[in-house]
Amino acid sequence: MRILVCVKRVPITGGKMVLAADGQALETKHLGFTISPHEECAVEEAVRIGGEVVVLALGPAEAEEQLRDQMAIGADRGILLRTNGEEWDAQSTAAAIVDALRAEEPFDLILFGNESADAAGFQVGIRVAHALGLPVVTGLKKIEVQEGRVRCERDVGGARDVYEAPLPAVLTVLEGLNLPRYPSVPGRLRAKSKPLAVVEPVRPEQRLEKLRLVVPEGQGKQAEILEGATQVVAVMQSLGVA
Amino acid sequence: MIVCFVEGDELSAQAVGFARALGPVRAVTFAGAYQPAAWAAALAAQEAEAIVAAGSDRGNELLAHVAAVLDQPFAANVVALDGDTVMRVRWGGSLLEEARLHGAPKLLTVAPHTQPAVETGEVEVLDAPDDGSPKALERVEESSGGVSLRDAKVVVSGGRGVGSAEGFGVIEELAGLLGGAVGCSRVVTSAGWRPHTDQVGQTGTKISADLYIACGISGATQHIAGAKGAKKILAINSDPEAPILASADYAVIGDLHEVVPAISAELRRVRG
Repeated sequence: MRILVCVKRVPITGGKMVLAADGQALETKHLGFTISPHEECAVEEAVRIGGEVVVLALGPAEAEEQLRDQMAIGADRGILLRTNGEEWDAQSTAAAIVDALRAEEPFDLILFGNESADAAGFQVGIRVAHALGLPVVTGLKKIEVQEGRVRCERDVGGARDVYEAPLPAVLTVLEGLNLPRYPSVPGRLRAKSKPLAVVEPVRPEQRLEKLRLVVPEGQGKQAEILEGATQVVAVMQSLGVA
Repeated sequence: MIVCFVEGDELSAQAVGFARALGPVRAVTFAGAYQPAAWAAALAAQEAEAIVAAGSDRGNELLAHVAAVLDQPFAANVVALDGDTVMRVRWGGSLLEEARLHGAPKLLTVAPHTQPAVETGEVEVLDAPDDGSPKALERVEESSGGVSLRDAKVVVSGGRGVGSAEGFGVIEELAGLLGGAVGCSRVVTSAGWRPHTDQVGQTGTKISADLYIACGISGATQHIAGAKGAKKILAINSDPEAPILASADYAVIGDLHEVVPAISAELRRVRG
């Protein structure tokens, strides 16, 4: 099996969204970075399925940290589509991934998160599948690779729908698919020397062109402080839930 | 003409409402097993100024397929459209993005619960021949373990402050007394204390309870994205500076391991 997992570097937001002065991005000076939660499960699943696992990210030079993190939990090598830090819309991200794959032997499986934590466009995986002429199944909570095909399940409000696709295929997954492992210290050491290819794609004109970000109103309520269980139960009774 | 995909649910009725503000609407749907690529091919073939759906699992998936087929941009989870300018949801609703949608037809989904629902009216069933692409083959019902998190009237949820899997005993007790469901934050799931099916948040379940009780949960934006559908939020936290208080209607400042059992005892007392 050869598996590609596409991931995205995103900030670890705390309790509050604070914008940078230009309103184009979050202020990240005091924030750490990770990959989207769904993608953590995609990488874990790829490592469990086994074979060669390649991780790919489109992002700034610093996204190498996130690719190394994935190599630390078992990915074999990385591909960084290096940008100057500007955001790319979903359409141009998908096109850059497809371009990068021309230089690669075909993969049996290409995994994505169902949507990124930050931009949440819900489309890069589906666009890549169409461009490569591959079947795609999205929103998965269970994946079983069988001889030449994959059987997978998707939540539909308290039930699961079952899908099958021939390999090669594109799959997008949701958190809850598995419980991702933490990288070990030896894993981190090994990751340092794993191969990382860097490509610099050209950012095309953005067709979903971000103008600015806005923090929605309504953050910052003043909670009424309750003293003790009697007051809490009185509130529950007033809400009709006690 | 605006083509709006509907599924006969509340979110679709909201999407139709949004679409009607743009122009005359043709509400369309499909019969038979869900086959995203085939359904999207049929949608993409319609003459339309805009193709719209609800920002649901299927709505977002279908529009992404349509966008790929037509090679057009697609704006997911839009809350407002003015000419070519959309306002759309990011970070599970913790942030909005204003963007210019340079495409024709305009492809967009409507963010859930941001528009009033309307009568859908007549719905046309479009034909979508099976093209061999993946489709929903069978439905497996999950064994229901009590009250579902999504629909529960009360959700009692624990975070890092609970401290261990065993610590959830007091949370389960209170949830049981209130006929509610147990929830948790992402930290708890990652630690393996509770299954992911209990997780409330941007990447977990989005709840719609009358009362959400957040015990020992700091209130990261990822968590609030799943909790804000609750009508009222009660935070129980030992830290009076915890971010959750900015999203809560009520708060008890104290150790959940004392406060939660005391609430359970008081409930039993008033019920006699």
